[in-house]
Amino acid sequence: MDFLRPASWEEALAAKAEHPTAVPIAGGTDVMVEINFDHRRPEYLLDLNRVGDLEEWEVGEESVRLGASVPYTKIMENLRGELPGLALASHTVASPQIRNRGGVGGNLGTASPAGDAHPALLAAGAEVEAESVRGSRLIPIDEFYTGVKRNALAADELIRAVHIKKADGPQQYSKVGTRNAMVIAVCAFGLALHPETRTVRTGIGSAAPTPVRAKAAEEFLNAALEEGGFWDNGKIVTPSVAKQFADLCAAACNPIDDVRGTASYRRHAVGVMARRTLTWTWESYRGTARAAFEKGGAA
Amino acid sequence: MPTNGAPTKITQGSQTKGGIGESTLRPDGTLKVTGEFAYSSDMWHEDMLWGQILRSTVAHAEIVSIDTSEALALPGVYAVMTYDDLPTDVKNYGLEIQDTPVLAHGKVRHHGEPVAIVAADHPETARRAAAKIKVEYRELPVITDEASATAPDAILVHEGRDDLPQSQLRSTGGTPISGHVPHPNIVHRQPIIRGDVASAAERADFVVKGEYTFGMQDQAFLGPESGLAVPDEDGGVQLYVATQWLHSDLRQIAPVLGLPERKVRMTLSGVGGAFGGREDLSMQIHACLLALRTGKPVKIVYNRFESFFGHVHRHPAKLSYEHGATKDGKLTHVKCRIVLDGGAYASASPAVVGNAASLGVGPYVVDDVEVEALALYTNNPPCGAMRGFGAVQACFAYEAQMDKLAKEVGIDPVEFRQLNAMEQGTVMPTGQPVDSPAPVAELLRRVKAMPLPPERQWESSEGADVRQLPGGLSNTTHGEGVVRGVGYAVGIKNVGFSEGFDDYSTARVRMEVVGGEPVATVHTAMAEVGQGGVTVHAQIARTELGVTQVTIHPADTQVGSAGSTSASRQTYVTGGAVKNSCELVREKVLEIGRRKFGSYHPAWATAELLLEGGKVVTDGGEVLADLVDVLEGEAVEVEAEWRHRPTEAFDLRTGQGFGHVQYSFAAHRAVVEVDTELGLVKVIELACAQDVGKALNPLSVVGQIQGGTTQGLGVAVMEEIVVDPKTAKVRNPSFTDYLIPTILDTPTIPVDVLELADDHAPYGLRGVGEAPTLSSTPAVLAAIRNATGLELNRTPVRPEHLTGTA
Repeated sequence: MDFLRPASWEEALAAKAEHPTAVPIAGGTDVMVEINFDHRRPEYLLDLNRVGDLEEWEVGEESVRLGASVPYTKIMENLRGELPGLALASHTVASPQIRNRGGVGGNLGTASPAGDAHPALLAAGAEVEAESVRGSRLIPIDEFYTGVKRNALAADELIRAVHIKKADGPQQYSKVGTRNAMVIAVCAFGLALHPETRTVRTGIGSAAPTPVRAKAAEEFLNAALEEGGFWDNGKIVTPSVAKQFADLCAAACNPIDDVRGTASYRRHAVGVMARRTLTWTWESYRGTARAAFEKGGAA
Repeated sequence: MPTNGAPTKITQGSQTKGGIGESTLRPDGTLKVTGEFAYSSDMWHEDMLWGQILRSTVAHAEIVSIDTSEALALPGVYAVMTYDDLPTDVKNYGLEIQDTPVLAHGKVRHHGEPVAIVAADHPETARRAAAKIKVEYRELPVITDEASATAPDAILVHEGRDDLPQSQLRSTGGTPISGHVPHPNIVHRQPIIRGDVASAAERADFVVKGEYTFGMQDQAFLGPESGLAVPDEDGGVQLYVATQWLHSDLRQIAPVLGLPERKVRMTLSGVGGAFGGREDLSMQIHACLLALRTGKPVKIVYNRFESFFGHVHRHPAKLSYEHGATKDGKLTHVKCRIVLDGGAYASASPAVVGNAASLGVGPYVVDDVEVEALALYTNNPPCGAMRGFGAVQACFAYEAQMDKLAKEVGIDPVEFRQLNAMEQGTVMPTGQPVDSPAPVAELLRRVKAMPLPPERQWESSEGADVRQLPGGLSNTTHGEGVVRGVGYAVGIKNVGFSEGFDDYSTARVRMEVVGGEPVATVHTAMAEVGQGGVTVHAQIARTELGVTQVTIHPADTQVGSAGSTSASRQTYVTGGAVKNSCELVREKVLEIGRRKFGSYHPAWATAELLLEGGKVVTDGGEVLADLVDVLEGEAVEVEAEWRHRPTEAFDLRTGQGFGHVQYSFAAHRAVVEVDTELGLVKVIELACAQDVGKALNPLSVVGQIQGGTTQGLGVAVMEEIVVDPKTAKVRNPSFTDYLIPTILDTPTIPVDVLELADDHAPYGLRGVGEAPTLSSTPAVLAAIRNATGLELNRTPVRPEHLTGTA
C-alpha cells in the first residue's frame, strides 16, 4: 500500500488523476476501520491532511461552504445556527475523539446508508463540490447517492466541500440506535422546514440501500400545509396530517433485516421519528413566527 | 540506651494503617486511568516475531487439505505450523474435558477455530502469510440447538467421547451414552430431585409456567488476548501472559509442548479484564510452539475481531419453569429445565451445569423441586465461564416467574419474595443447609426503602435534556412515549469452586527488615485481573503483621497455585491463604522475639501477643518490642497452601450433596424509562443491596458491585453475540455491533452494603464479584415489563421486542 501525501489541493487532484484507485483519507475514521478489519487493502492511500483549506468553512448569503474535512466537533460548535440539522446529526456521531477527526467529506465518500450526516444534508438541501484535474462541478445531494456505498463521484474526483443551504426554518434530526451514545444508526431521520419556499424536506438514513428522501411524504405535507394555510396561521398540525406524513415516510423506506434491527422495526421507527420531528419543528416554527401571526401579518 | 540486647527504642503502640476494612487505593489505579499501565499487549522483546492464527471461516467442516507452501515462501516468515507439526501425542487441552484441539485435526467444529499458526518478523507479514494458507473444507450440516443436537441421526460433534464415567456407559448402536448424559451431543446433565413435586403441585392454588431465552453474552474485556513467549537456553520457555489462572494454564500447556512443568516458566503480565473469558487458554500454546520452533521470542496479540473468536462466551440458554403457590403466597413447588448451549467444546460447561441446576430455584424456600440442567455440544461458538456462571441465566428466569406468580396470587412482588425468602438454616434443593447468614428478605427491604429518583428528570428550563432520556444524544424523544417502570430481583450465587473440587490457594509471605523498616513481601500466583487482590493482600499483611510496607511480588509459577481468579473466590481463598501464611510468619516472629527478648518482660510468655504498628504488643496494648529489633539479622518466610472447607459432588441422579462452600446474595431495584413507541430504554437507577460478610476494602466492594450491576444491565438491554442459525457463524464480532454500556447507559448505582459475618470464612467475608451480575438483569427486565405491560421472555430486550416489530 503506497501512501501519497500531496502538499496542496492541486497536487492531490494530480495524484488522484494519476492513481484513480487511490482512497482519500482525512480523519481516517471510516477508512482506517476498513483497513484494520482487512475489509479493504487499497493500492494507494491519498492523505489529504496536508491540504489545509479542507478544514475551513465559509458562511455565505444563501449557503455554507463546508470544507470536506471540517470535523464534526467544529460543526457542532460553530454552525449550530446556520446548519442546525447537521449540527444535531454531528452530535450523534460516535465519540468525542471520532468527532474531532471525522468530517462530512468522509461520510459522503463512503456513502454508507448509515452515515449520520446524510439525512441532515438531504433535508437541508446541499450540493457536493467535486473536483478533478478536468474541472469542478456541483452535484446535487439528491443525485449523489447511487447505490450501497456508491456515489456519483468519477474515479479521478475528490470531494472538496459541501454547499449546504442555510436554515431558513427549524430543522431536526433523530437517530435510533440500541445504545444511548456512541452507536451506529439502526435508522435515522432528518427534517427541515423551509418557510421561504413553504416546503419541507426530509432525509432517511439506514432504511434503504442509499440515504433517501421521502418525496411522497414531503409532497403530501407541502400540500396539506398550503391548503390549511398553516404557514400563515401557525395552527397546530393536526394529528391526522402528522400520522399520514409519518406513514408516508415509513413507506419511503426499503429496509433490510440485519444484525442491527429488523426491516419492520426500521419502517416503524422512521414513522415515529417523522411524526415527532414534525411536531418539534412545527412547534418551533409556530413559536418563532407567533409574533408575526399576532400582528395580523398573516391571515 | 541499653546495649545488652534489650529492645532499643520502645515507643507507643498504634493500630497499623492501611489494614483490612480501609479503602486503601489500588497501586495500579492511577496508571490505568492515565494510560501508563503496561498491559500484556504492550510487551516487547528484541528480535521478537509476531504470531498469527489462521481460523476457520466455516463452523462445521472436514478439512480436506491444508497447503502452507505459499505462506512459507513469503519473505519474513519464520514458521508455519499445523496439527501435523505438534511435537507430542498430547494435542488437545481443556479445563475439565480435554476435547479442544490445539490446532484443528481433520475437522473444524466452530466458526473461528484455530487451524494453523504463523510466525513472522512483522505483524502484517504474519497476517498476509496466514491469508496465503489454503484450506479446503468439505462443509457439514451444523448442529445449532437442542433439536438438531439430539435428533436420532444427529452428527456427533465429538465422536468417540472418552470423558464419560465408564460405570455409566452403555451402548446404543455403537454410540456410547450414559444414564446422566442421554446423548453424546450433551456435555453434561445434572438433575436435582427433592420432595414430591407431583403431590406438592396438587396443593398449589396458582401455577405459572414460562419459557425463557437468554442470549449469548461476551465478557468484552478491554485488553484483548495477548502474550509473549521467550525460549529459554535449557529448552524450556518463559511465557508472559494475561490470564486468570497461571497454574491451570501451565497444566494444559506443558504436556502439549512435551516439557516438564518446571520448564514452562509463566509470569502474569498486565491483564485488561477477564470476567471468566481468560479461564480457557487462548494464544498461550500457540506462542510457545512458535517460540520453540523458531528459537525466537514470539508475541501474539489478538485484535478485537479475533478476540470475539478467541475466548468462550456466556452460555445462551433456553429455560422452562413451572412455579406453584398457595393462595396465601407460599411456594409449593418448582419444576424447571435449563438447556445451556455449550458450543463446540466443553470448556467449563459441566460446572456451569452444576451451578445452573443447584441454584436454579433461587434464594427461596421450596421443599418440592425437580430441576434438570444440561449443556449441549453444538457448532456454535464455545461457551464457558463468565461472571455469574450458570446462576445468571437461571436468575433471569426464576425472577420473571416470581413476578408472574406474585401477580397471579395478588401480592406485591417484593412482599411475595420476602414471604418465600430463604434464611440461615434453609435447606437447598441439593439438601445442603445454608449455614451462614442469608439476609434475602432484608436485602429486598433495603433496596425498596431507598428513595426513588425524581420523575421527569429530563425537564429543564431550556427544554428537554436528551441525555436523561431514552435514546440519549440520538435525540429520539423529548418526553413523548416515555413511561417509567420499577422492578425488583434478588439472586443467589455460590462462592468458590464447588462439587468436591480441591480449591486451594498458596501464599508465600516473607518478613524482614529493609532500610531500617520491617517489610512484608507477599508472593502468590493470583491473577490480578482488576478485582483488587493486590490491594487486599497488602491490607491483610498489614493487619496480620503490623507493618506498613508490603511488597506484592509479581504473580508467577515460581510459587504454588493460587487457583482461579473467578467464582468470587480470590479474596476468600487466596486472601485466606495470605492470612494463614501471615499467621504462620507471625508465630515465627514471636518465637524469635521470645528467644531474643523473652527474659525482659514476663508478658512474652504469658500474654496473647500481636503485631501492630511495627511493634510486638500484648492484647492489652502494652508494647514489648519493635519489629525492627526482633527481625534484625533474621528473615522469616513461609509458603503454605490453604483450603476452605471441603465440598462434595452432586449425586448424578438426584443432585443431592454438600456442593457449595458459601452462598452470596444481592438484590436490585431497577428504575427505567422506556420510550414505548421506539422501544428504547434508559435505565435511570439500579439500586443494589448486598451482603459481603466483611468489606475488606469498602471502595473495592462498591466498585465490584457497580461493575457487576452494569454488566448485568448490558445483557438486559444490548449485549448479545448474534449467531446465524443457518450457518452457526458469528454475525457481530466487533464493538460496532456488539454493544456494551457507555457511561450514558450506566445509571446511578446506589449501593447498600451489609456485613453479616460468615463464621466459616476468613474475617467472615463473603465473595462479592458475581452476585450483583445476577439480579441486575432480571430487575431491569421487571422494570421494563412494569413500564410496558409486555411479557418479555428473552434477554437482551431489543427495540423490536418492545414495539411488536421483531
